[in-house]
Amino acid sequence: MAERSFVKEVQMLRMGAGETFTGEGILAITKALLENGVGYVGGYQGAPISHLMDVLADAQEILGELGVHFEASASEATATAMLAASANYPIRGAVTYKSTVGTNVASDALSNLSSGGVMGGALIIVGEDFGEGSSIMQERSHAFAMKSQVWLLDPRPDVPSIVKAVKDGFELSEASNTPVMLLVRIRCCHVHGSFVASDNVAPQMTVSDALENPSRDLSRVVLPPASFMQEKEKLEKRWPAAEKFILDKQINEFFGNEKSKVGIITQGGMYNGVQRALHRLGLSDIYGTSDAHILCLNAVYPLATSQILEFCEGKDAVLVVEEGHPDYIEQAIGHMLYKAGKRTVLAGKDFLPKSGEYTGQIMLDSIDRFFREHAPNALPPAVRSPNEPEKQKHADLADLVPLRPPGFCVGCPERPIFAGTKLVEQELGEHHIACDIGCHLFSVLPPFDLGSGTMGYGLGPASASAFRNENPDGKRSISFIGDGGFWHNGLTSSIGNAVFNKNDNVIVIVDNYYSSATGGQDILSSRAVNKTKNTQNSIVDAVRGMGVKWVRQIDRTYDVSKVRETMKEALTTKVPGPKVIVASSECMLNRQRREKPLLAKLAADGGRTEKPRFGVDEDVCTGDHACMRLSGCPSLGVKDTGDILRDDPVASIDQNCVGCGNCGEVADAAILCPSFYETRLVSNPGRFERTRNRMAGWFIARLQSWRDGNRSFLEGGAK
Amino acid sequence: MTNLVQVGSETASGMQRTTENKLVSLALHAVGGQGGGVLTNWIVAVAEANGYVAQSTSVAGVAQRTGATIYYVEMCPRAEQLPVFSLAPAEGDIDILMAAELAEAGRAVQRGFVSPNRTTVIASTHRVASVFEKIVPGDGRTDSEKIVEAIGGAAEKLIAYDMERIAKEAGSFISASMLGALAGSGALPFSRDSFEAVIRESGRGVDASLRAFGAAFAKATAGDPVELEAAASPQTRQLSVSKRDQKVWSTLTERVSQLPAEVGHIAAEGLAKVVDYQDMTYGDEYLAHLGTMLDQDEAPYELSAAAAKYIANAMCYDDIIRVADLKTRAARFERIHVDMGTGADQLLLVTEYFHPRLEEFLSTLPEGLAAWLERRKTILGWLDRKLSKGRRVRTDSIGGFTMLWIVSLLRRWRRRLRRHDVEMAHLAKLMELTKSVSGQDRRLAAEVLSTQRLIKGYSDTHARGHSKFDKVTAMVPHLVGRDDAADWMRRMRTAALKDEKGMSLDGVIQTIHSFAEAPKITS
Repeated sequence: MAERSFVKEVQMLRMGAGETFTGEGILAITKALLENGVGYVGGYQGAPISHLMDVLADAQEILGELGVHFEASASEATATAMLAASANYPIRGAVTYKSTVGTNVASDALSNLSSGGVMGGALIIVGEDFGEGSSIMQERSHAFAMKSQVWLLDPRPDVPSIVKAVKDGFELSEASNTPVMLLVRIRCCHVHGSFVASDNVAPQMTVSDALENPSRDLSRVVLPPASFMQEKEKLEKRWPAAEKFILDKQINEFFGNEKSKVGIITQGGMYNGVQRALHRLGLSDIYGTSDAHILCLNAVYPLATSQILEFCEGKDAVLVVEEGHPDYIEQAIGHMLYKAGKRTVLAGKDFLPKSGEYTGQIMLDSIDRFFREHAPNALPPAVRSPNEPEKQKHADLADLVPLRPPGFCVGCPERPIFAGTKLVEQELGEHHIACDIGCHLFSVLPPFDLGSGTMGYGLGPASASAFRNENPDGKRSISFIGDGGFWHNGLTSSIGNAVFNKNDNVIVIVDNYYSSATGGQDILSSRAVNKTKNTQNSIVDAVRGMGVKWVRQIDRTYDVSKVRETMKEALTTKVPGPKVIVASSECMLNRQRREKPLLAKLAADGGRTEKPRFGVDEDVCTGDHACMRLSGCPSLGVKDTGDILRDDPVASIDQNCVGCGNCGEVADAAILCPSFYETRLVSNPGRFERTRNRMAGWFIARLQSWRDGNRSFLEGGAK
Repeated sequence: MTNLVQVGSETASGMQRTTENKLVSLALHAVGGQGGGVLTNWIVAVAEANGYVAQSTSVAGVAQRTGATIYYVEMCPRAEQLPVFSLAPAEGDIDILMAAELAEAGRAVQRGFVSPNRTTVIASTHRVASVFEKIVPGDGRTDSEKIVEAIGGAAEKLIAYDMERIAKEAGSFISASMLGALAGSGALPFSRDSFEAVIRESGRGVDASLRAFGAAFAKATAGDPVELEAAASPQTRQLSVSKRDQKVWSTLTERVSQLPAEVGHIAAEGLAKVVDYQDMTYGDEYLAHLGTMLDQDEAPYELSAAAAKYIANAMCYDDIIRVADLKTRAARFERIHVDMGTGADQLLLVTEYFHPRLEEFLSTLPEGLAAWLERRKTILGWLDRKLSKGRRVRTDSIGGFTMLWIVSLLRRWRRRLRRHDVEMAHLAKLMELTKSVSGQDRRLAAEVLSTQRLIKGYSDTHARGHSKFDKVTAMVPHLVGRDDAADWMRRMRTAALKDEKGMSLDGVIQTIHSFAEAPKITS
């Protein structure tokens, strides 16, 4: 890990029965895993479930005491395949990934796992990254649950409910020999709440026990004829068992007035939003005592037909609240009602939008409309015919409020790579640029505006593989891939593929020592020494091992001129085959986290330390902002000079600057201006250095005063 | 809308609803890296300490990397039952809207999170410019005043001042001053002590945080708690006049004092600037140039005011000598030491980043010598290889400083160098063009002179500025005689400063071509 400590969180995992656990949703799930006798945990990091992985990585001691195995999987496919340990042994296992990107990668293993079925509880914790703040394509995990027949829990978004869902999930998995997906939305992962803890439970069988006592069952292997039997078993045994469990254990909940003529069937995760809308419509109090009858589906797949029909019995209309597209639940319920010959009106995406996040306003408007149409008398008079205008009109601020896209952090080592690329393009013209997943994807946003798209993690260079130029002296494509994507699958999918197909294009591997975009986790090529992981494996060696002949390593990405020259060489060299540039510099966020305490300690102990920071001479800066068009650094901003002779604000560097050098290097490489200077603040300088500095200061002061004595000049410097 | 539900009401179905407790919703808009998480945790802790139940959520994701991000808190008095809290802020359903940056407060209004008769807005008025505002070649910053106005119109109550500055002055972070503003706003029914207790319990930088909290609290409870971010105060130049120059200087300032008031205060600045740049004679030339403009002008002296500013700027062109001079001044090092906070027992090492080109070298030679060299391709190539490269110069060292100091002394010979010839020719041409239209249209003349604003930067940037300048001034003949000539001139200048490549400018020029006829005069 990037020296980031989760000591406090780890200690919370030790809580015993009766203690109140207060923390983030995802951390509560972590604790619940230990309380439910999990035997092994794996997964691939990514918002919003990174925290689970990070905390467990630091909790080796507790895991060791309990006999729980934890590993950071190479990919979601690896993580899911790891659940095979629960196929042959009664061991509970859990893995995490971020949907939809995680389910996509996992799907091969997921199909195999669910076909054979499981003996021990197998739980897949899926962080659903949908709606505001999402960084991925908008799809649903639901489809994966249906196609592979994996049960899908979508609990109410409060901490006690998701903790309970972990327990339910394991039990459901074991009762039906089927893996279970536990879906938690991003806000639910970050919600702060409490639950009453239980004691941690050691697994009934550890993975070591299993290794010592191997067992096999041919009927679990996905191979004909067993696979045909498995399909049958899925539908005839496992499904009914799951339905029974869901009904017996009352996994789904009923709220509100059961005599109501209208009902709402909602995904558990949407429940709080539904309640808030009802409350705002005067149909419920803040505790959820509601006039409407609500069926809250904490298990959204499978649905028990009997439960749905029973709920709809005697109701004029039922509204299905199901976020995302397609409307699988609504379709299923419509099918059930039709088959049973019911006349209940089924409302859903005709009242709610077909796509997008169901925000508070959307819920309010849609549920309001549903009640107006199907139960107008239930609405309080003030809502039914309000005196005040319904919609407030807000001032038009569109022109005043600038967009604020995310970008590279202060001091990010990826910034100079794209500054260099932009300079290459100024020289050699625009190129087709393929991007990958990771922080480096910010290159597509201002100020760099580089890159045409991304096709998935580790697939950047693969997405450029169709581009073969018939003209050997013509342009080549440039593709970017991060070190995270490289080890996830890029080594084979992108590099191996390029070598094998004699691809002639340029591949830049952005190596920042961590899987940075997901929170700074270690990966194979991390430079840190990690007690439980094997790090320090060279990307260059791996690339060469794959058969790439033209490889260049850039050890300091801040050297913009070198980046430009290397890329220019890669784009013009006659050497056939893929041209791979490995651009390496440590993620600044993690580097600061690592170095700050060390430097503070060194300085406190009287050791010599240097603190770099950049500055701009505001009288030399002419306010053209060319530097910002090649940077976008948050600490490089604009400021007024207070000089009435000057119209435009000048560049200015704030205190957050970490002295990475990008400004100066860019000003040099692009020949911008001489405004930038670097300072290094030396603490505890040695005696020689001190003396030399004093002598220089004395000499400089003489020269300055001689010059000042011979002219008239502005006090405080020219502006 | 909470008030729609009557307290303890009997519902249609006869079910008894519990006595209604009021929910309080609070959204916090921040820019990634502002410590919104800390503030959110504090607010939750204050609520809990006051017998409330509270829930917070956020969407961190990629937004944390300098994008906009929102934290959301709901709370209500603790009762037997737990309320069903919502996980996301909703339009028209926010009681307290906090924004740790002004444009984010504006965005909250835009998104409908601020309702009249309901929402208290607590916003810091400082700006963190977005990348879109920074990459504009001119001034791309949005209008803070208008945003504050819009928020004020949309909110029930507005508390807005520079909470970032308050925090900095106290040596703390904006989370502390914003908590103070929240406490001072009275939007939450919690005592000041209970807010301060939470800061104390946090354990880190407590004193500084409490200072920031206190200052912000006081401001929030003061009469009118709306105040824009303090603009850089206009600075007046103080010239340190050498003994030798005293006499000339007094005649020069005497001439300035006789100028019309609208021009005088700018001319005083311009005069000081050019004298500092070169010498007293240069100041005399400046006032002479200005005089020729004044001759063609009358009240309200817009042309002369523009002339006072832009002639000074044109005369103080950015050459190597000026850069070396600015970089070696005593006041500059004092400023750097203050900015970087050099302590008594610390040293500051200063490295300058230069990348001189052959062009700069040649322009710092007398025209004859420069032209002679240009004909000697071999020497030129050799010089190019020797000169054109990135250079790091340590100006805290004797060697590096002395080198720049010597270059700065070339000031004496500046008038004989090629660059001076070029720049003076440029100024003469600009003034001539200005004069050619001033008789007919003084407003246009002022705008023509203001085109000088486009000339800035060094090397390629400088060249691009010149090409825009040429494009704009070439349109003057098309515009002369039109009532709106000055407006179009101004529009072209504004457009030229909008983007790097001048696409907006080309658009405006095309528009002008679409209605303007062939040139009426030739310049």
